[in-house]
Amino acid sequence: MSRFFTKDHEWVDVDGDIGTVGISEYAQSQLGDVVFVDVPEAGKTLSKGDEAAVVESVKAASDVYSPVSGTVTEGNAALTDDSSLVNSDAEAAGWFFKLTLSDPSELDSLMDEAAYATFVEGL
Amino acid sequence: MSDPTLRDYASIIDQADDYVEPEILPLPLDAWHRAQGARMIEFAGYEMPIQYEGIMAEHAWTRDSAGLFDVSHMGQLVFSGEGVAHALETVLPGDIAGLGEGKMRYSLLLAQDGGILDDLMATRLPDDQPSPFSAQDVEPEAYDPLHPSPTASGSFYVVVNGATKYDDVSYLIEHLPDDVTINILEDQALLAVQGPKAVEAVARIVPGIDGLVFMTAGAFHWNDVPLWISRSGYTGEDGVEISLPAEHAVAFADALLALPEIKPIGLGARDSLRLEAGLPLYGHDLDPEITPVMADLGFALSKRRREAADFPGAERILTEREHGPATKRVGLIVEGRQPAREGAEVIDDTGATIGRLTSGGFAPTLGKPIAMAYVPLALAAPGTRIEIAQRGKVHTATVTAMPFIPHRYVRAGAK
Repeated sequence: MSRFFTKDHEWVDVDGDIGTVGISEYAQSQLGDVVFVDVPEAGKTLSKGDEAAVVESVKAASDVYSPVSGTVTEGNAALTDDSSLVNSDAEAAGWFFKLTLSDPSELDSLMDEAAYATFVEGL
Repeated sequence: MSDPTLRDYASIIDQADDYVEPEILPLPLDAWHRAQGARMIEFAGYEMPIQYEGIMAEHAWTRDSAGLFDVSHMGQLVFSGEGVAHALETVLPGDIAGLGEGKMRYSLLLAQDGGILDDLMATRLPDDQPSPFSAQDVEPEAYDPLHPSPTASGSFYVVVNGATKYDDVSYLIEHLPDDVTINILEDQALLAVQGPKAVEAVARIVPGIDGLVFMTAGAFHWNDVPLWISRSGYTGEDGVEISLPAEHAVAFADALLALPEIKPIGLGARDSLRLEAGLPLYGHDLDPEITPVMADLGFALSKRRREAADFPGAERILTEREHGPATKRVGLIVEGRQPAREGAEVIDDTGATIGRLTSGGFAPTLGKPIAMAYVPLALAAPGTRIEIAQRGKVHTATVTAMPFIPHRYVRAGAK
């Protein structure tokens, strides 16, 4: 399984043609306390860069963009009950949604973990 | 050096007109905030701490113990001169002349049409303490709120919002007589300590402040540093605001932080605290299009001033007071977990916009989203259900009496 990052701080884990999407540890630290997450429903079709989810901190709402194109198979229902999972476990249990990738070649334009770490250091 | 007069400030401000891009200025505690781990953001022309450990934790700490807020970006002004109280009453709707020494009042700077240019706190300085920083001690217990001693001259200490302070001064120069001097206290820091343990904690290093009651102020000392302290704030909690020379701000902030009850709190929690307290924020809930009656700040219109109808926009404002304003500021509890934010629209059953949210967020103490909005008067009664459109979704909310959580001010006679 490989993990890729966007410059907007989403990550996507890819296993075969299934991607799991969340926001990075850096992003959650910048957002602060997350109080609500609106995740997409299964069946929704997303193009790369589409607004896919909304994450709300005490202060502000932020859009989460889909890092790749595809069809949503599942939103993370656990976030409905406990949105603070995004703060406590952003890059694992705090995932937002899963989708079936329609164009795996889009991954080529994303950063790997090392490149993302360098990108964040430069912010 | 004598105090600059209003005209001196007029010329300073005229010269400043060439000034295009205001630089971001560091506040006296800038490095101190960073050393405490603050995340800094630009606000009102300064770099300010938005949060330290997190808004939820800082909010809860303030409600349970005591939070230290740096509000040095706010404008601290002293007005003096013959007839100063009367002069201030030409721009403020409150009973300023009737304020006793060391007593303070929330008031509103009004445009000629009655729109709100700023909200502020005005304190009459004691006659033997014409500046907050002449080094005379004042016993706050000596003030007798039932028998104030208004005098023709005297001086007033006024705290205004940071984002509006230069506009306020320009307006005041234009509208106050030349006999009145405005001194801008540029070299004073302003700290607030807020929360149920604030006064008992600060009193250990500044003895006597527990003699103050809500909306009174006096002069104190800490290690020979002169402090001007009021029992006031903008979080709904008991607490104090402390003005002191900027050069001593770091040492004093360190002394406050050494008290176990006190932690530093950022602007993020300041905003959620004041929202829960139902207190309007200038530039968001108040602006020049809003009158005191629309803002539900009728208490700022003192009885004597209403009867005299001698403040800016009096005819319009008193008509609104009698017949009701077209729209009114209300509190909202939003259903569900998703906060509704400033700018979201209040809609009717056809989807037409009939109002707007001016503040909104998640209320940490209540564990649910709350907001302030302007709605038509017919929808302003507590219990009224309204709909809010935000980013393509419709949320339901209920109009609710404010404050959302009770104020905990320590008033005269309640001790």
